[in-house]
Amino acid sequence: MFAPSHFTAVLLFATFASVVFGITQRSTPKAMVRYGLYCWVMFVGVVIAASWVMFLIRR
Amino acid sequence: MASKVQVPAKTESQGFLYSALIAGWLVPGAGHLLTGRWVRGLLLFVSIAAMFWLGIAMQGKLYLPNTGDVLDMLGFAGDVGNGLFYALGRILDLGHGAVQVATADYGTKFIVVAGLLNFISAVDAHNLRIGRKI
Repeated sequence: MFAPSHFTAVLLFATFASVVFGITQRSTPKAMVRYGLYCWVMFVGVVIAASWVMFLIRR
Repeated sequence: MASKVQVPAKTESQGFLYSALIAGWLVPGAGHLLTGRWVRGLLLFVSIAAMFWLGIAMQGKLYLPNTGDVLDMLGFAGDVGNGLFYALGRILDLGHGAVQVATADYGTKFIVVAGLLNFISAVDAHNLRIGRKI
């Protein structure tokens, strides 16, 4: 059984989804890497921002 | 004045047109392998396979087609995108263990999203196959 922390699950999800988005949504290798990194940063960044919002609401 | 419009190259239109689409659906990345993009195919296989099997390892659920619940049917539509992985999971009787950890629901989502990502991947392979994408 694999029981990652919530944040580890986010990192895994963002990594795998970003690889697929990068490869399928762009045509050149350079653009794929750039778009994949952009997606990864957006996935993780939005999660961290939403986490802070929820923390501040609960406080 | 020179035109900047790029016309897609139609170089691989021989044979069965939907081979990359079907192969990409059955085995993640196989469609890209068929079109000669083996690095992309390998990366797609690793990403989608890891997502599916980590979802199984997290005690995620494999949806069944005929439960009568609309949300279950939508989950099945996502799951079936995993192609042979889904069939293998059903054959091995995986994906319906008792939920013991909070992240099991994440596992279910991992499996569904892996299937949806594989649909995107298979369509991308088809576009490469017919020359719509370079």
